[in-house]
Amino acid sequence: MPFDSYRTGGFYDEMFNADGTVRPEARLLAETLDSLEPGEVQRCQHAAERLLLEMGITFNVYGDSAGAERIFPFDLIPRIVGAKEWDWIERGLRQRILGLNEFINDIYHDQRIIKDKVIPEEVIRTAAYYRPQCHGINPPQGVWCHITGTDLVRHEDGRIYVLEDNLRVPSGVSYVLENRDLMKRTFPRIFEGLRIRPVDNYPSRLLETLEAMALPEAGEKPTVVLLTPGMYNSAYFEHSFLAQQMGIQLVEGRDLVVQDKTVWMRTTQGLRKVDVIYRRLDDDFLDPQVFRKDSLLGVPGLMEAYRAGTVALANAPGNGVADDKVVYAYVPEMIKYYLGEDAILPNVPTFLCWRDKDRKHVLENIGNLVIKAANEAGGYGMLIGPHSTAEQREDFAARIKANPRNYIAQPTLALSRVPTLIGDRLEGRHVDLRPYILYGKDIHVLPGGLTRVALRQDSLVVNSSQGGGSKDTWVLAGGRKGASH
Amino acid sequence: MTSETPPLLSRVADSVYWMARYIERAENVARFIGVNLHLQLDLPLEPAYQWQPLIDTSGDAERFLEQYGEATEGNVIQFLAFDDRNSNSIYSCLRAARENARSIRETISSEMWEQVNSMYLQFQDRRAARQHESLPEILRGTRLACHMFQGITDGTMSYNEAWHFLRLGRMIERADKTSRILDVKYFILLPTTTGVGTPYDDIHWAAVLKSVSGFEMYRKRFGRISPRNIVDFLLMNREFPRAIRHCVQSAQESLHAITGVSASSSEYESQKLMKVLGAELQSASVPRIIQSGLHEYLDALQTKMNAVGESLLQDFFILGPVERSVGAGGAQH
Repeated sequence: MPFDSYRTGGFYDEMFNADGTVRPEARLLAETLDSLEPGEVQRCQHAAERLLLEMGITFNVYGDSAGAERIFPFDLIPRIVGAKEWDWIERGLRQRILGLNEFINDIYHDQRIIKDKVIPEEVIRTAAYYRPQCHGINPPQGVWCHITGTDLVRHEDGRIYVLEDNLRVPSGVSYVLENRDLMKRTFPRIFEGLRIRPVDNYPSRLLETLEAMALPEAGEKPTVVLLTPGMYNSAYFEHSFLAQQMGIQLVEGRDLVVQDKTVWMRTTQGLRKVDVIYRRLDDDFLDPQVFRKDSLLGVPGLMEAYRAGTVALANAPGNGVADDKVVYAYVPEMIKYYLGEDAILPNVPTFLCWRDKDRKHVLENIGNLVIKAANEAGGYGMLIGPHSTAEQREDFAARIKANPRNYIAQPTLALSRVPTLIGDRLEGRHVDLRPYILYGKDIHVLPGGLTRVALRQDSLVVNSSQGGGSKDTWVLAGGRKGASH
Repeated sequence: MTSETPPLLSRVADSVYWMARYIERAENVARFIGVNLHLQLDLPLEPAYQWQPLIDTSGDAERFLEQYGEATEGNVIQFLAFDDRNSNSIYSCLRAARENARSIRETISSEMWEQVNSMYLQFQDRRAARQHESLPEILRGTRLACHMFQGITDGTMSYNEAWHFLRLGRMIERADKTSRILDVKYFILLPTTTGVGTPYDDIHWAAVLKSVSGFEMYRKRFGRISPRNIVDFLLMNREFPRAIRHCVQSAQESLHAITGVSASSSEYESQKLMKVLGAELQSASVPRIIQSGLHEYLDALQTKMNAVGESLLQDFFILGPVERSVGAGGAQH
């Protein structure tokens, strides 16, 4: 595969140094790619896409007519993370999750961090995913964020930053597992000579994490279920995949019923007690008696059972308070406050529009900044200054003035790029990285995570709903293949 | 069920059952059309005489008349194989099977899901590009894909409660289809009990057997073609997989495995009904049935099988009143 015409274009490239030489951790991969027959990568790429369709690894597009299914585009050229860098990322993520968990627990109990004036009370009170209904709840082992999918990006300075924490219901991990599987099935040659850390044991770790949440009375094999909004949800494939891989039941709200503050599922043999629910339903839809009254997806009485401690929920309702992008800006302070440590992974510098000084700066520099609504995700409610029209900038300026609390701004990051198969050649495309962190009895970080890639030229938006695809992510194990360890 | 896997969700049991029924239905319709295409090469008959029975077999005669009118070859094939407005066309069945399979992906094996998925996708492609492939090829491909699904099922899935619901669906659907083809063909071939033999009768009766893949197995059992023996074979044979008695027997076995109790001590309506059905078939006499009207007999049989289907809904699938469910074993886990 010819890299002759490949240009890094002045961006940080995950495979090449600025001078065009290959980074040491990518050398073997580059050699393998170079040695391939013309057309071989394309053939493997087509085989992979056909396989995705046959395996039914598709997602539904909201607003599209019924039956609209698409495959999540997959690019065959992997993204490589060196062993040393990964160690650093992993330590940073562990620290961050511990800090965030302390914070959430504090918010729903004593609110020391507010009393000590580290975070203003108003920010918490007005956070869209703050749930006063969760005050005083003690989730098992004090864990509020069992499954997290933190978004990381690398800027042109070569440093890795945390972009978002995604504490609520992070998705995408099934693509990590399927991408690896797909690579092995369609392109085994590319693994030659490399020692890559496996990802396949994620479902086992996830099941351990979930089982650890059950009450001791539940016995050795507690009943764990995965609660899905149903097969028309865009992440339904992932829900069924994870349930299948863990060997647990995939339930919908209508399969569950609460009686005597206990959750039961309706089976052919009558009701069976449920001990742990891995819910892939947002807080708002969980229980119409407590949250949104019009929710038909949830289970009436679920929160009462949860509060009574007869059932465990992952993730804990209310943990989204820390997904607010204004709260996000305070995470380094939280880590300092609760753990007495400096944050290992830096935040992206963030301007909070409700601060007069910040807002002034944002409005004056709107063309250079990325503006984000504090409570939106999926690439929605966002303005990328340098790529925007005057009209869009005016619109956002007006929105900021009308509701400053709801907007933050960050410098436009030049996300790093990875060679990506575009037509019959390789071109650089921007990527981010979403590692997955499990927090049960201890913390487990899945090596690598989901590399999302913006397939459109120059685009910085990696979301699947907006032209994004994904890549396999290879975390190299220390040492060479075959070497004893 | 005394099983090593925890009990199925009612919703899942329902979907497994219907997935199996739809796949079996698709296979049967594909076979019926295929045999008829074949038969047509031997018989110089009026098209209506040739193709109308297939519509009658499907049970959708009224809708067909309304939407298509005349039972020409083209109309009938379009309606039975490709029409997405006909919920019992091969296309619709494969789609429904896939939708059901999708909702229970964690219960069935990945291999099963991939087979249901690719069956549908292939049929969709073939439906879109019909000119490029002969109809017999499409039908044969569909039949093979359905057989493959069954093989994959039996080779990759534990014989647990879900598997038994699957088999239950397959057997009930199959019994229904065999009874229909027998009913319709018999009605045409022997309007009176005395009957009039024509040179084409043998070919016709052989076609009935071929419609249920039963020609060779019939030969081994009875040798010469005779209407009475064919009725005997398709109704009463215990060994032939598409004979009604065999289907009912297998369904009974699966139901027994699901409830874990024998029909005599069972509180499940479906199990009781199924037992009555099995006993009736066991004691039935073919000459008497023919004497008093095969059509009436098969009609009654179908009604009873429908009643079993209804009672399955009540016994296992409906998300019924909580109180009843608790009584049925909620506390023991």
